[in-house]
Amino acid sequence: MSPEETRSGTKTLQLVSRSTYVREWILQALFFACAFVFVLAVALIFVFVGWKALPIFTDYSFWKFISGTEWSASSQQFGILPLIVGSLIVTLGALALGTPLAVGTAVFLSDVASPRVRKFVRPAVELLAGIPSVVYGFFGIILLRAVVARFTGTLGFGAFTAWIVLAIMIVPTLAALSEDALLSIPEGIREASYAMGATQWQTIYKVVVPAAKIGIIDAIILGMGRAIGETMAVLMVVGNAPVFPKGIFAPLSTMTSQIVMDMPYAVGLHRTALFAMAAMLFVFSMLLVASVRLLSRLRD
Amino acid sequence: MNRRLTNRIAIGILWGAALLTVAVLGALLLYVFVNGIRVISPAFVFTWPHGVNAEGGIWPTIVATVYVTALAMLISSPVAVLAAVYLAEYAFQGRIVNTIRFAADSLASVPSIVMGLFGFALFVEAMGLGLSMISAALALSLLMLPIIMRATEEAIRAVPKYMRWGAYGLGATKWQVVRRTVLPAAAARIITGIVLAMGRAVGETAVVLYTMGQAVNLPITPADSGRPMTVHLYLLAVEGINLPAAFGTALLLIVMILGFNLSARWILRHNRRV
Repeated sequence: MSPEETRSGTKTLQLVSRSTYVREWILQALFFACAFVFVLAVALIFVFVGWKALPIFTDYSFWKFISGTEWSASSQQFGILPLIVGSLIVTLGALALGTPLAVGTAVFLSDVASPRVRKFVRPAVELLAGIPSVVYGFFGIILLRAVVARFTGTLGFGAFTAWIVLAIMIVPTLAALSEDALLSIPEGIREASYAMGATQWQTIYKVVVPAAKIGIIDAIILGMGRAIGETMAVLMVVGNAPVFPKGIFAPLSTMTSQIVMDMPYAVGLHRTALFAMAAMLFVFSMLLVASVRLLSRLRD
Repeated sequence: MNRRLTNRIAIGILWGAALLTVAVLGALLLYVFVNGIRVISPAFVFTWPHGVNAEGGIWPTIVATVYVTALAMLISSPVAVLAAVYLAEYAFQGRIVNTIRFAADSLASVPSIVMGLFGFALFVEAMGLGLSMISAALALSLLMLPIIMRATEEAIRAVPKYMRWGAYGLGATKWQVVRRTVLPAAAARIITGIVLAMGRAVGETAVVLYTMGQAVNLPITPADSGRPMTVHLYLLAVEGINLPAAFGTALLLIVMILGFNLSARWILRHNRRV
Protein backbone atom coordinates (compact mmCIF):
# COMPACT_ATOMS: atom_id res chain seq x y z
CA MET A 1 0.00 0.00 0.00
CA SER A 2 1.34 3.41 -0.90
CA PRO A 3 2.20 5.97 1.82
CA GLU A 4 -0.52 8.36 0.63
CA GLU A 5 -3.26 5.84 1.25
CA THR A 6 -1.95 4.94 4.66
CA ARG A 7 -1.68 8.57 5.62
CA SER A 8 -5.30 9.16 4.66
CA GLY A 9 -6.12 6.00 6.62
CA THR A 10 -4.63 7.60 9.73
CA LYS A 11 -6.78 10.65 9.12
CA THR A 12 -9.96 8.55 9.10
CA LEU A 13 -8.84 6.90 12.30
CA GLN A 14 -8.97 10.26 14.06
CA LEU A 15 -12.67 10.39 13.22
CA VAL A 16 -13.43 7.10 15.01
CA SER A 17 -13.88 6.65 18.72
CA ARG A 18 -10.88 6.59 20.99
CA SER A 19 -11.32 2.90 21.90
CA THR A 20 -11.36 1.89 18.23
CA TYR A 21 -8.28 3.99 17.62
CA VAL A 22 -6.44 2.34 20.52
CA ARG A 23 -7.51 -1.13 19.38
CA GLU A 24 -6.28 -0.48 15.86
CA TRP A 25 -2.99 0.77 17.22
CA ILE A 26 -2.53 -2.27 19.49
CA LEU A 27 -3.27 -4.64 16.63
CA GLN A 28 -0.76 -2.93 14.41
CA ALA A 29 1.83 -3.21 17.17
CA LEU A 30 1.02 -6.93 17.49
CA PHE A 31 1.49 -7.48 13.76
CA PHE A 32 4.78 -5.65 13.87
CA ALA A 33 5.86 -7.85 16.79
CA CYS A 34 5.04 -10.95 14.72
CA ALA A 35 7.09 -9.63 11.82
CA PHE A 36 9.92 -8.83 14.19
CA VAL A 37 9.97 -12.48 15.33
CA PHE A 38 11.87 -13.20 12.10
CA VAL A 39 14.65 -10.77 12.95
CA LEU A 40 14.69 -12.04 16.51
CA ALA A 41 14.94 -15.67 15.38
CA VAL A 42 17.93 -14.98 13.14
CA ALA A 43 19.61 -12.97 15.89
CA LEU A 44 18.97 -15.78 18.39
CA ILE A 45 20.47 -18.40 16.07
CA PHE A 46 23.48 -16.17 15.57
CA VAL A 47 23.94 -15.50 19.28
CA PHE A 48 23.35 -19.03 20.55
CA VAL A 49 25.36 -20.93 17.97
CA GLY A 50 28.06 -18.25 18.18
CA TRP A 51 28.12 -18.38 21.96
CA LYS A 52 28.61 -22.15 21.94
CA ALA A 53 31.30 -21.76 19.28
CA LEU A 54 33.16 -18.91 20.93
CA PRO A 55 35.70 -20.98 22.95
CA ILE A 56 37.24 -22.05 19.64
CA PHE A 57 38.97 -18.63 19.69
CA THR A 58 40.05 -18.76 23.33
CA ASP A 59 40.67 -22.46 24.08
CA TYR A 60 41.90 -23.45 20.63
CA SER A 61 43.00 -21.21 17.81
CA PHE A 62 40.82 -20.14 14.92
CA TRP A 63 43.71 -20.42 12.49
CA LYS A 64 44.51 -23.95 13.64
CA PHE A 65 40.79 -24.70 13.37
CA ILE A 66 40.32 -23.67 9.76
CA SER A 67 43.75 -24.63 8.42
CA GLY A 68 44.47 -27.78 10.41
CA THR A 69 44.47 -31.01 8.43
CA GLU A 70 43.81 -33.45 11.22
CA TRP A 71 40.39 -34.07 12.74
CA SER A 72 40.71 -36.42 15.66
CA ALA A 73 38.68 -36.27 18.84
CA SER A 74 40.96 -38.66 20.70
CA SER A 75 44.03 -36.46 20.24
CA GLN A 76 42.03 -33.22 20.56
CA GLN A 77 42.96 -32.07 17.06
CA PHE A 78 40.20 -30.17 15.34
CA GLY A 79 41.45 -29.05 11.95
CA ILE A 80 38.55 -28.76 9.54
CA LEU A 81 40.39 -28.20 6.28
CA PRO A 82 39.63 -31.75 5.05
CA LEU A 83 35.96 -31.18 5.90
CA ILE A 84 35.84 -27.85 4.07
CA VAL A 85 37.49 -29.48 1.06
CA GLY A 86 35.02 -32.35 1.32
CA SER A 87 32.05 -29.97 1.41
CA LEU A 88 33.40 -28.05 -1.59
CA ILE A 89 34.08 -31.20 -3.64
CA VAL A 90 30.60 -32.56 -2.96
CA THR A 91 28.80 -29.25 -3.54
CA LEU A 92 30.62 -28.18 -6.70
CA GLY A 93 30.37 -31.63 -8.27
CA ALA A 94 26.66 -31.81 -7.58
CA LEU A 95 26.15 -28.33 -9.02
CA ALA A 96 28.14 -29.23 -12.13
CA LEU A 97 25.94 -32.29 -12.67
CA GLY A 98 22.66 -30.73 -11.60
CA THR A 99 22.75 -27.26 -13.15
CA PRO A 100 22.67 -28.25 -16.85
CA LEU A 101 19.90 -30.73 -16.18
CA ALA A 102 17.87 -28.23 -14.14
CA VAL A 103 18.29 -25.31 -16.54
CA GLY A 104 17.51 -27.63 -19.45
CA THR A 105 14.32 -28.75 -17.72
CA ALA A 106 13.39 -25.15 -16.94
CA VAL A 107 13.91 -24.01 -20.54
CA PHE A 108 11.93 -27.02 -21.70
CA LEU A 109 9.03 -26.08 -19.42
CA SER A 110 9.04 -22.38 -20.31
CA ASP A 111 9.72 -22.49 -24.03
CA VAL A 112 9.47 -25.94 -25.58
CA ALA A 113 6.75 -27.96 -23.89
CA SER A 114 3.19 -27.87 -25.12
CA PRO A 115 0.65 -26.94 -22.42
CA ARG A 116 -0.34 -30.58 -22.08
CA VAL A 117 3.20 -31.85 -21.52
CA ARG A 118 3.86 -28.93 -19.19
CA LYS A 119 0.85 -29.78 -17.10
CA PHE A 120 2.39 -33.18 -16.48
CA VAL A 121 6.09 -32.32 -16.06
CA ARG A 122 5.77 -29.22 -13.86
CA PRO A 123 3.89 -30.95 -10.98
CA ALA A 124 6.31 -33.86 -11.22
CA VAL A 125 9.25 -31.50 -10.72
CA GLU A 126 7.48 -29.82 -7.80
CA LEU A 127 6.72 -33.14 -6.13
CA LEU A 128 10.35 -34.20 -6.54
CA ALA A 129 11.26 -31.08 -4.53
CA GLY A 130 9.07 -32.26 -1.65
CA ILE A 131 10.70 -35.64 -1.11
CA PRO A 132 12.70 -35.47 2.15
CA SER A 133 16.47 -35.68 2.06
CA VAL A 134 16.56 -38.79 4.24
CA VAL A 135 14.63 -40.66 1.53
CA TYR A 136 17.18 -39.56 -1.09
CA GLY A 137 19.91 -40.70 1.26
CA PHE A 138 18.17 -44.03 1.74
CA PHE A 139 17.83 -44.42 -2.04
CA GLY A 140 21.52 -43.53 -2.36
CA ILE A 141 22.82 -45.93 0.27
CA ILE A 142 20.70 -48.89 -0.79
CA LEU A 143 20.65 -48.65 -4.57
CA LEU A 144 23.23 -46.19 -5.91
CA ARG A 145 25.96 -47.24 -3.52
CA ALA A 146 25.52 -50.86 -4.53
CA VAL A 147 25.66 -49.99 -8.23
CA VAL A 148 28.78 -47.83 -7.79
CA ALA A 149 30.38 -50.53 -5.66
CA ARG A 150 29.83 -53.16 -8.33
CA PHE A 151 31.36 -51.05 -11.11
CA THR A 152 34.38 -49.78 -9.21
CA GLY A 153 35.19 -52.60 -6.81
CA THR A 154 35.09 -50.20 -3.86
CA LEU A 155 32.55 -49.93 -1.08
CA GLY A 156 30.65 -47.35 -3.12
CA PHE A 157 30.87 -44.63 -0.49
CA GLY A 158 32.42 -41.38 -1.67
CA ALA A 159 32.18 -38.15 -3.61
CA PHE A 160 30.84 -39.76 -6.78
CA THR A 161 27.79 -41.30 -5.11
CA ALA A 162 27.18 -38.06 -3.19
CA TRP A 163 27.32 -36.05 -6.42
CA ILE A 164 24.56 -38.09 -8.00
CA VAL A 165 22.33 -38.08 -4.91
CA LEU A 166 22.79 -34.35 -4.34
CA ALA A 167 22.34 -33.50 -8.00
CA ILE A 168 19.02 -35.37 -8.03
CA MET A 169 18.08 -33.45 -4.87
CA ILE A 170 18.85 -29.94 -6.07
CA VAL A 171 17.49 -30.27 -9.62
CA PRO A 172 13.84 -29.62 -8.69
CA THR A 173 14.64 -26.51 -6.64
CA LEU A 174 16.98 -25.17 -9.30
CA ALA A 175 14.55 -25.97 -12.12
CA ALA A 176 11.57 -24.31 -10.41
CA LEU A 177 13.51 -21.12 -9.65
CA SER A 178 15.07 -20.96 -13.13
CA GLU A 179 11.66 -21.47 -14.70
CA ASP A 180 10.27 -18.52 -12.73
CA ALA A 181 13.10 -16.40 -14.10
CA LEU A 182 12.48 -17.58 -17.66
CA LEU A 183 8.72 -17.05 -17.44
CA SER A 184 9.24 -13.46 -16.28
CA ILE A 185 10.86 -12.63 -19.65
CA PRO A 186 8.22 -10.78 -21.70
CA GLU A 187 6.75 -12.73 -24.62
CA GLY A 188 7.47 -9.78 -26.93
CA ILE A 189 11.23 -10.40 -26.75
CA ARG A 190 10.73 -13.94 -28.02
CA GLU A 191 8.38 -12.76 -30.76
CA ALA A 192 10.89 -10.15 -31.91
CA SER A 193 13.54 -12.84 -32.19
CA TYR A 194 11.26 -15.15 -34.19
CA ALA A 195 10.33 -12.22 -36.44
CA MET A 196 14.03 -11.85 -37.29
CA GLY A 197 13.94 -15.40 -38.61
CA ALA A 198 15.71 -17.03 -35.66
CA THR A 199 15.03 -20.68 -34.94
CA GLN A 200 13.62 -21.72 -31.58
CA TRP A 201 17.06 -22.78 -30.33
CA GLN A 202 18.67 -19.51 -31.45
CA THR A 203 15.92 -17.63 -29.63
CA ILE A 204 16.51 -19.67 -26.49
CA TYR A 205 20.26 -19.36 -26.23
CA LYS A 206 20.78 -15.91 -27.72
CA VAL A 207 17.73 -14.10 -26.34
CA VAL A 208 15.75 -15.86 -23.61
CA VAL A 209 18.52 -17.34 -21.47
CA PRO A 210 20.73 -14.20 -21.52
CA ALA A 211 17.69 -12.10 -20.54
CA ALA A 212 16.98 -14.41 -17.58
CA LYS A 213 20.66 -14.68 -16.67
CA ILE A 214 20.50 -13.04 -13.26
CA GLY A 215 17.45 -15.06 -12.21
CA ILE A 216 19.24 -18.26 -13.21
CA ILE A 217 22.37 -17.22 -11.29
CA ASP A 218 20.13 -16.57 -8.27
CA ALA A 219 18.76 -20.09 -8.63
CA ILE A 220 22.26 -21.57 -8.80
CA ILE A 221 23.37 -19.65 -5.69
CA LEU A 222 20.33 -20.85 -3.75
CA GLY A 223 20.93 -24.39 -5.03
CA MET A 224 24.50 -24.12 -3.80
CA GLY A 225 23.24 -23.08 -0.37
CA ARG A 226 20.95 -26.06 -0.33
CA ALA A 227 23.76 -28.41 -1.39
CA ILE A 228 26.40 -27.21 1.06
CA GLY A 229 23.96 -27.30 3.98
CA GLU A 230 22.49 -30.66 3.03
CA THR A 231 23.06 -33.14 5.80
CA MET A 232 21.21 -36.43 5.85
CA ALA A 233 21.50 -37.46 2.21
CA VAL A 234 25.20 -36.61 2.11
CA LEU A 235 25.91 -38.21 5.47
CA MET A 236 24.50 -41.53 4.31
CA VAL A 237 26.63 -41.86 1.16
CA VAL A 238 30.01 -40.14 1.68
CA GLY A 239 31.51 -42.84 3.91
CA ASN A 240 32.47 -40.44 6.71
CA ALA A 241 36.25 -40.32 6.88
CA PRO A 242 37.57 -36.88 7.88
CA VAL A 243 40.56 -36.97 5.53
CA PHE A 244 41.46 -35.56 2.13
CA PRO A 245 39.78 -38.07 -0.23
CA LYS A 246 42.02 -40.22 -2.43
CA GLY A 247 39.82 -39.97 -5.50
CA ILE A 248 36.13 -39.70 -6.19
CA PHE A 249 35.35 -43.24 -5.08
CA ALA A 250 37.08 -42.93 -1.70
CA PRO A 251 35.29 -42.08 1.54
CA LEU A 252 35.34 -38.48 2.73
CA SER A 253 33.51 -36.25 5.19
CA THR A 254 31.75 -32.93 4.84
CA MET A 255 31.21 -30.30 7.54
CA THR A 256 27.55 -31.26 7.93
CA SER A 257 28.11 -35.01 8.01
CA GLN A 258 30.91 -34.71 10.56
CA ILE A 259 28.62 -32.76 12.90
CA VAL A 260 26.04 -35.56 12.87
CA MET A 261 28.67 -38.29 13.25
CA ASP A 262 30.35 -36.68 16.27
CA MET A 263 27.47 -34.98 18.05
CA PRO A 264 26.30 -38.03 20.07
CA TYR A 265 29.56 -38.30 22.02
CA ALA A 266 31.17 -34.87 21.67
CA VAL A 267 31.96 -32.97 24.87
CA GLY A 268 34.02 -29.93 25.75
CA LEU A 269 36.27 -28.59 23.04
CA HIS A 270 35.05 -31.23 20.60
CA ARG A 271 31.47 -29.97 20.88
CA THR A 272 32.72 -26.38 20.58
CA ALA A 273 34.37 -27.30 17.28
CA LEU A 274 31.09 -28.78 16.00
CA PHE A 275 29.19 -25.61 16.92
CA ALA A 276 31.92 -23.53 15.27
CA MET A 277 31.34 -25.46 12.03
CA ALA A 278 27.59 -24.86 12.36
CA ALA A 279 28.28 -21.14 12.85
CA MET A 280 30.42 -21.10 9.71
CA LEU A 281 27.68 -22.85 7.73
CA PHE A 282 25.15 -20.32 9.02
CA VAL A 283 27.29 -17.33 8.11
CA PHE A 284 27.95 -18.84 4.69
CA SER A 285 24.25 -19.36 4.01
CA MET A 286 23.54 -15.76 5.03
CA LEU A 287 26.28 -14.54 2.68
CA LEU A 288 24.63 -16.44 -0.17
CA VAL A 289 21.26 -14.85 0.65
CA ALA A 290 22.88 -11.42 0.80
CA SER A 291 24.54 -11.94 -2.59
CA VAL A 292 21.21 -12.94 -4.13
CA ARG A 293 19.65 -9.74 -2.79
CA LEU A 294 22.56 -7.71 -4.10
CA LEU A 295 22.16 -9.30 -7.54
CA SER A 296 18.46 -8.51 -7.67
CA ARG A 297 19.22 -4.91 -6.76
CA LEU A 298 21.70 -4.82 -9.65
CA ARG A 299 18.99 -6.10 -11.98
CA ASP A 300 16.57 -3.38 -10.96
CA MET B 1 19.71 -26.39 -43.37
CA ASN B 2 22.51 -26.63 -40.81
CA ARG B 3 20.63 -24.15 -38.68
CA ARG B 4 17.54 -26.29 -38.69
CA LEU B 5 19.54 -29.40 -37.76
CA THR B 6 21.16 -27.62 -34.81
CA ASN B 7 17.71 -26.52 -33.71
CA ARG B 8 16.39 -30.07 -33.92
CA ILE B 9 19.28 -31.47 -31.89
CA ALA B 10 19.13 -28.75 -29.23
CA ILE B 11 15.38 -29.09 -28.73
CA GLY B 12 15.90 -32.84 -28.54
CA ILE B 13 18.45 -32.36 -25.76
CA LEU B 14 16.00 -30.14 -23.84
CA TRP B 15 13.37 -32.88 -24.14
CA GLY B 16 15.99 -35.30 -22.88
CA ALA B 17 16.76 -33.15 -19.82
CA ALA B 18 13.09 -32.90 -18.86
CA LEU B 19 12.47 -36.59 -19.45
CA LEU B 20 15.51 -37.52 -17.37
CA THR B 21 14.25 -35.38 -14.47
CA VAL B 22 10.82 -36.98 -14.61
CA ALA B 23 12.32 -40.45 -15.09
CA VAL B 24 14.44 -40.05 -11.96
CA LEU B 25 11.32 -39.16 -9.97
CA GLY B 26 9.48 -42.12 -11.46
CA ALA B 27 12.36 -44.51 -10.74
CA LEU B 28 12.73 -43.34 -7.15
CA LEU B 29 9.02 -43.54 -6.39
CA LEU B 30 8.67 -46.89 -8.13
CA TYR B 31 11.67 -48.37 -6.33
CA VAL B 32 10.42 -47.32 -2.91
CA PHE B 33 6.84 -48.29 -3.77
CA VAL B 34 7.62 -51.78 -5.05
CA ASN B 35 9.82 -52.59 -2.07
CA GLY B 36 7.69 -50.83 0.50
CA ILE B 37 4.19 -52.01 -0.41
CA ARG B 38 5.08 -55.57 0.58
CA VAL B 39 5.56 -54.69 4.24
CA ILE B 40 2.74 -52.20 4.62
CA SER B 41 -0.10 -53.74 6.54
CA PRO B 42 -2.36 -52.66 9.39
CA ALA B 43 0.01 -54.50 11.72
CA PHE B 44 3.00 -52.55 10.38
CA VAL B 45 1.26 -49.22 10.83
CA PHE B 46 -0.39 -49.83 14.18
CA THR B 47 2.08 -51.88 16.25
CA TRP B 48 5.26 -51.01 18.11
CA PRO B 49 8.78 -51.83 16.94
CA HIS B 50 10.48 -54.41 19.19
CA GLY B 51 13.67 -56.41 19.46
CA VAL B 52 17.18 -55.54 18.29
CA ASN B 53 16.18 -55.49 14.63
CA ALA B 54 13.16 -53.24 15.14
CA GLU B 55 10.73 -55.91 14.04
CA GLY B 56 7.07 -55.13 14.11
CA GLY B 57 5.49 -51.84 13.30
CA ILE B 58 6.27 -48.14 13.44
CA TRP B 59 3.19 -46.74 15.18
CA PRO B 60 4.97 -44.56 17.79
CA THR B 61 7.10 -42.91 15.09
CA ILE B 62 4.02 -42.00 13.06
CA VAL B 63 2.39 -40.48 16.14
CA ALA B 64 5.55 -38.51 16.96
CA THR B 65 5.79 -37.11 13.43
CA VAL B 66 2.12 -36.11 13.27
CA TYR B 67 2.22 -34.71 16.81
CA VAL B 68 5.25 -32.51 16.26
CA THR B 69 4.07 -31.30 12.85
CA ALA B 70 0.67 -30.29 14.20
CA LEU B 71 2.26 -28.55 17.17
CA ALA B 72 4.73 -26.69 14.93
CA MET B 73 1.85 -25.66 12.67
CA LEU B 74 -0.10 -24.25 15.63
CA ILE B 75 2.95 -22.26 16.77
CA SER B 76 4.15 -20.95 13.43
CA SER B 77 1.04 -20.17 11.38
CA PRO B 78 -0.46 -17.36 13.51
CA VAL B 79 2.90 -15.62 13.76
CA ALA B 80 3.70 -16.05 10.07
CA VAL B 81 0.25 -14.97 8.86
CA LEU B 82 0.18 -11.86 11.06
CA ALA B 83 3.75 -10.99 10.04
CA ALA B 84 2.67 -11.21 6.40
CA VAL B 85 -0.34 -8.99 7.17
CA TYR B 86 2.05 -6.44 8.61
CA LEU B 87 4.39 -6.55 5.61
CA ALA B 88 1.66 -6.48 2.99
CA GLU B 89 -0.87 -4.12 4.58
CA TYR B 90 0.73 -1.95 7.24
CA ALA B 91 4.45 -1.51 6.69
CA PHE B 92 6.10 1.43 5.00
CA GLN B 93 8.75 0.16 2.62
CA GLY B 94 11.97 1.11 4.32
CA ARG B 95 14.90 -0.11 6.28
CA ILE B 96 12.87 -2.07 8.86
CA VAL B 97 10.92 -3.95 6.21
CA ASN B 98 14.15 -4.66 4.36
CA THR B 99 15.67 -6.07 7.53
CA ILE B 100 12.61 -8.25 8.16
CA ARG B 101 12.70 -9.57 4.60
CA PHE B 102 16.41 -10.30 4.82
CA ALA B 103 15.78 -12.14 8.10
CA ALA B 104 12.99 -14.16 6.49
CA ASP B 105 15.20 -15.11 3.53
CA SER B 106 18.04 -16.05 5.88
CA LEU B 107 15.71 -18.14 8.03
CA ALA B 108 14.49 -19.95 4.92
CA SER B 109 18.03 -20.88 3.95
CA VAL B 110 19.45 -21.90 7.33
CA PRO B 111 20.87 -25.42 6.86
CA SER B 112 18.74 -27.89 8.80
CA ILE B 113 21.73 -29.16 10.79
CA VAL B 114 22.38 -25.61 12.03
CA MET B 115 18.73 -25.32 13.04
CA GLY B 116 19.08 -28.65 14.84
CA LEU B 117 22.13 -27.58 16.83
CA PHE B 118 20.51 -24.22 17.59
CA GLY B 119 17.33 -25.92 18.82
CA PHE B 120 19.48 -28.21 20.94
CA ALA B 121 21.45 -25.32 22.46
CA LEU B 122 18.46 -23.04 23.09
CA PHE B 123 15.32 -25.11 23.62
CA VAL B 124 16.75 -28.37 24.91
CA GLU B 125 19.61 -27.10 27.07
CA ALA B 126 19.30 -23.38 27.85
CA MET B 127 15.52 -23.30 28.27
CA GLY B 128 15.50 -26.71 29.91
CA LEU B 129 12.73 -28.14 27.75
CA GLY B 130 14.73 -31.31 27.22
CA LEU B 131 14.41 -33.65 24.24
CA SER B 132 10.70 -33.19 23.73
CA MET B 133 7.87 -32.56 21.31
CA ILE B 134 7.77 -28.88 22.26
CA SER B 135 11.51 -28.35 21.63
CA ALA B 136 11.21 -30.02 18.23
CA ALA B 137 8.03 -28.12 17.39
CA LEU B 138 9.66 -24.78 18.25
CA ALA B 139 12.69 -25.54 16.08
CA LEU B 140 10.50 -26.78 13.22
CA SER B 141 8.24 -23.75 13.46
CA LEU B 142 11.26 -21.54 12.74
CA LEU B 143 11.69 -23.47 9.48
CA MET B 144 8.00 -23.17 8.63
CA LEU B 145 7.71 -19.42 9.38
CA PRO B 146 9.26 -18.09 6.15
CA ILE B 147 7.38 -20.57 3.95
CA ILE B 148 3.99 -19.62 5.40
CA MET B 149 4.82 -15.94 5.44
CA ARG B 150 5.83 -15.88 1.78
CA ALA B 151 2.67 -17.71 0.71
CA THR B 152 0.47 -15.43 2.82
CA GLU B 153 2.08 -12.24 1.59
CA GLU B 154 1.68 -13.29 -2.04
CA ALA B 155 -1.94 -14.19 -1.36
CA ILE B 156 -2.67 -10.84 0.31
CA ARG B 157 -0.99 -8.88 -2.46
CA ALA B 158 -3.11 -10.73 -5.01
CA VAL B 159 -6.34 -9.44 -3.40
CA PRO B 160 -7.53 -6.66 -5.73
CA LYS B 161 -7.38 -3.09 -4.43
CA TYR B 162 -11.03 -2.36 -5.23
CA MET B 163 -12.17 -4.92 -2.65
CA ARG B 164 -10.36 -2.90 0.01
CA TRP B 165 -11.75 0.37 -1.34
CA GLY B 166 -15.25 -1.03 -1.14
CA ALA B 167 -14.78 -1.92 2.51
CA TYR B 168 -13.15 1.40 3.37
CA GLY B 169 -16.02 3.11 1.59
CA LEU B 170 -18.44 1.46 4.00
CA GLY B 171 -16.51 3.03 6.87
CA ALA B 172 -14.51 -0.01 7.94
CA THR B 173 -11.33 0.48 9.93
CA LYS B 174 -8.09 -0.99 8.69
CA TRP B 175 -8.34 -4.10 10.87
CA GLN B 176 -11.93 -4.65 9.81
CA VAL B 177 -10.87 -4.46 6.17
CA VAL B 178 -8.07 -6.94 6.78
CA ARG B 179 -10.17 -9.38 8.81
CA ARG B 180 -13.45 -9.28 6.89
CA THR B 181 -12.27 -8.68 3.35
CA VAL B 182 -8.61 -9.35 2.71
CA LEU B 183 -7.99 -12.47 4.80
CA PRO B 184 -11.17 -14.34 3.70
CA ALA B 185 -10.34 -13.61 0.07
CA ALA B 186 -6.78 -14.87 0.54
CA ALA B 187 -7.71 -17.79 2.81
CA ALA B 188 -7.36 -20.63 0.29
CA ARG B 189 -3.84 -19.62 -0.69
CA ILE B 190 -2.83 -19.08 2.94
CA ILE B 191 -4.03 -22.56 3.89
CA THR B 192 -2.18 -23.97 0.89
CA GLY B 193 1.00 -22.36 2.17
CA ILE B 194 0.47 -23.81 5.65
CA VAL B 195 -0.13 -27.30 4.25
CA LEU B 196 3.01 -27.09 2.10
CA ALA B 197 5.04 -25.98 5.11
CA MET B 198 3.70 -28.96 7.07
CA GLY B 199 4.82 -31.26 4.27
CA ARG B 200 8.28 -29.78 4.61
CA ALA B 201 8.25 -30.28 8.39
CA VAL B 202 7.27 -33.95 8.07
CA GLY B 203 10.40 -34.60 6.01
CA GLU B 204 12.86 -32.83 8.30
CA THR B 205 15.45 -35.07 9.92
CA ALA B 206 18.45 -33.19 11.27
CA VAL B 207 16.30 -30.66 13.14
CA VAL B 208 14.22 -33.21 15.02
CA LEU B 209 17.14 -35.55 15.64
CA TYR B 210 18.64 -33.10 18.14
CA THR B 211 15.45 -31.68 19.59
CA MET B 212 13.24 -34.75 19.94
CA GLY B 213 15.75 -37.51 20.45
CA GLN B 214 15.52 -41.05 19.14
CA ALA B 215 13.94 -43.00 21.95
CA VAL B 216 10.98 -45.07 20.75
CA ASN B 217 8.20 -43.60 22.82
CA LEU B 218 4.55 -42.75 22.29
CA PRO B 219 4.30 -39.01 23.01
CA ILE B 220 1.30 -37.89 25.07
CA THR B 221 2.24 -34.49 26.49
CA PRO B 222 4.40 -31.87 24.73
CA ALA B 223 7.18 -32.64 27.23
CA ASP B 224 7.54 -36.25 26.03
CA SER B 225 10.38 -37.32 23.78
CA GLY B 226 9.93 -39.58 20.80
CA ARG B 227 11.37 -40.81 17.53
CA PRO B 228 9.95 -39.37 14.31
CA MET B 229 9.61 -41.41 11.10
CA THR B 230 12.55 -39.70 9.39
CA VAL B 231 14.95 -40.52 12.23
CA HIS B 232 13.61 -44.10 12.34
CA LEU B 233 14.28 -44.45 8.61
CA TYR B 234 17.77 -42.97 9.00
CA LEU B 235 18.71 -45.34 11.82
CA LEU B 236 17.34 -48.39 10.01
CA ALA B 237 19.12 -47.46 6.78
CA VAL B 238 22.50 -46.64 8.30
CA GLU B 239 22.61 -49.62 10.59
CA GLY B 240 21.47 -51.82 7.73
CA ILE B 241 19.07 -53.69 9.98
CA ASN B 242 15.58 -54.62 8.91
CA LEU B 243 15.56 -53.12 5.42
CA PRO B 244 11.94 -54.11 4.73
CA ALA B 245 10.85 -51.90 7.62
CA ALA B 246 13.02 -49.10 6.23
CA PHE B 247 11.30 -49.38 2.86
CA GLY B 248 7.91 -49.41 4.55
CA THR B 249 8.78 -46.29 6.56
CA ALA B 250 10.13 -44.53 3.46
CA LEU B 251 6.97 -45.35 1.54
CA LEU B 252 4.69 -44.09 4.31
CA LEU B 253 6.79 -40.92 4.58
CA ILE B 254 6.55 -40.26 0.85
CA VAL B 255 2.82 -40.99 0.87
CA MET B 256 2.31 -38.54 3.74
CA ILE B 257 4.28 -35.78 2.03
CA LEU B 258 2.64 -36.39 -1.34
CA GLY B 259 -0.66 -36.29 0.54
CA PHE B 260 0.18 -32.88 1.96
CA ASN B 261 1.35 -31.52 -1.40
CA LEU B 262 -1.55 -32.93 -3.38
CA SER B 263 -4.13 -31.69 -0.88
CA ALA B 264 -2.51 -28.25 -1.05
CA ARG B 265 -3.03 -28.30 -4.83
CA TRP B 266 -6.59 -29.54 -4.37
CA ILE B 267 -7.45 -26.79 -1.88
CA LEU B 268 -6.04 -24.19 -4.23
CA ARG B 269 -7.91 -25.50 -7.25
CA HIS B 270 -11.29 -25.75 -5.55
CA ASN B 271 -11.39 -22.76 -3.22
CA ARG B 272 -9.26 -20.17 -4.94
CA ARG B 273 -10.82 -16.71 -4.93
CA VAL B 274 -7.88 -14.51 -5.88
